[in-house]
Amino acid sequence: MAKMTKEEVIEVAHLARLAITDEEAVHFADQLEAITNAMELLNELDTENVEPTTHVLPLVNVMREDKSIEGLPRELVMKNVKEHEGGQVRVPTILD
Amino acid sequence: MNFETIIGLEVHVELKTESKMFSPSPAHFGAEPNTNTNVIDLGYPGVLPVVNKTAVDWAMKAALALNCEITRHTKFDRKNYFYPDNPKAYQISQFDQPIGEHGWLEIEVNGEKKRIGITRLHMEEDAGKLTHTGNGHSLVDFNRQGTPLIEIVSEPDIRTPEEAYAYLEKIKSIIQYTGVSDVRMEEGSLRCDANISLRPYGRDEFGTKTELKNLNSFNFVKKGLEHEQIRQEQVLLAGGIIEQETRRYDESTGKTLLMRIKEGSDDYRYFPEPDLVDIVIDDAWLERVRAEIPELPDARKARYVSELGLSSYDAMVLTLQKPISDFFEATVKAGADAKLASNWLMGEVSAYLNAQNKELEGTELTPEGLAGMIKLISEGTISSKIAKKVFKELIEKGGDPNKIVKAQGLVQISDENVLLEYVTNTLDANPQSIEDYKNGKDRAIGFLVGQIMKATKGQANPPLLNKILLEEIAKR
Repeated sequence: MAKMTKEEVIEVAHLARLAITDEEAVHFADQLEAITNAMELLNELDTENVEPTTHVLPLVNVMREDKSIEGLPRELVMKNVKEHEGGQVRVPTILD
Repeated sequence: MNFETIIGLEVHVELKTESKMFSPSPAHFGAEPNTNTNVIDLGYPGVLPVVNKTAVDWAMKAALALNCEITRHTKFDRKNYFYPDNPKAYQISQFDQPIGEHGWLEIEVNGEKKRIGITRLHMEEDAGKLTHTGNGHSLVDFNRQGTPLIEIVSEPDIRTPEEAYAYLEKIKSIIQYTGVSDVRMEEGSLRCDANISLRPYGRDEFGTKTELKNLNSFNFVKKGLEHEQIRQEQVLLAGGIIEQETRRYDESTGKTLLMRIKEGSDDYRYFPEPDLVDIVIDDAWLERVRAEIPELPDARKARYVSELGLSSYDAMVLTLQKPISDFFEATVKAGADAKLASNWLMGEVSAYLNAQNKELEGTELTPEGLAGMIKLISEGTISSKIAKKVFKELIEKGGDPNKIVKAQGLVQISDENVLLEYVTNTLDANPQSIEDYKNGKDRAIGFLVGQIMKATKGQANPPLLNKILLEEIAKR
């Protein structure tokens, strides 16, 4: 049985940029542990000769020709933008 | 140096398709900010990506040109990260089934050939462009978001910054020949990150590596690696340890600065892209793409040596850039001697382009013009010195070299009687120089030649002039 720690929950929450409290982390750790343990049941099956499934539909090679269509008018693009300047989206600087 | 340097390079190349990797918006450099986007690029809810077939063809073409094995059953994966350059909060990339693997290319440094392995070549999409304004804000242009990219990862086979430079030049050259990208570092269609670590000579396992970013030219890659090599050596010699971290190259100081402790691959939480189905490449598709690959630089180089008699070095320099190589072939085809055409392209033409910061296509020079001028030199109609004047005219204004020579009266004086008259007059006027020469001052002859060249406006046939001059001095 897998053990889910508070630290792991905090780490995953950080990667997903979710702000959670320590109490919530403990709470979610218990829940996630129950979920992962339930999923571990699947490991009882022998999948040695089973190809991994990435899609349920038997489709491959769905592609389009390389033809371009004019972009959206910029005024429209900016309608859902909080702040913009000179046609560009303005965001707080985050140096990576 | 007590340590061996291990370098691996990651090169990103933007494919010059008409539309984006997963959306039909235009994928061109240089448009007004945020005018080449649509709902897919902007990550609106409910939109679905569709793969651009040409982008897959071209990624495969690049992979084949780099001697990769093509993965016949390939797929896309989601790489999750949060950064303002990507509104989706994930990049569609390839994780465990890249389209190409196990490739290689050959570099030559100081006359020594070496094969550098290519671990993988995978397809992905580019992110938007961020401009940091320096006042706490950044501006985002999403035009680049979704542009098809290939990432080419080398094996850790590179041992020196010079080899890294040669590897980049070679990748650029090969990709340029395949025609799938402009490979212009200044426009961002070719970018490079470098991984570097040191280990004591004789040890098998690698030391901890750092990743260098912000390497905006091949020269900066070399300089950044040179600096990082010394920095790591100093840390290790002082008994310190190298942290796995990302460092930024600062162009103004030539140093590398800590950016962040590197995230591991787990942190990206890759998973198969649920919005795209797998890609299966059959023989017919693979062979169609393979057939489209033109002659590559190594093959051309070998041909220039064996068929045209050029030196290996000259052939290498000429074939590095496809436009130069194509121009050279057209010049030879137009009747020029291969060796002379090669000398002009690597000498005067290259010097002119560097000085003017231009590319060959941006000048008026044509293969026919250059070939015509070379013929005029070979036939003795103009001297090499005069040719430089004709060349300047050809590269700046274009035209027919024969007409330029006639119109400007540049035809070389090869008539012995005419030259004799100039020589006689000059000797009569400079008895002191004759005496100096006879007293062993060889420089005097240079002065006399200079006087005659001045009088003939540089048109005297130099070898003939020399011969007559020496004969006449001997008579006096």
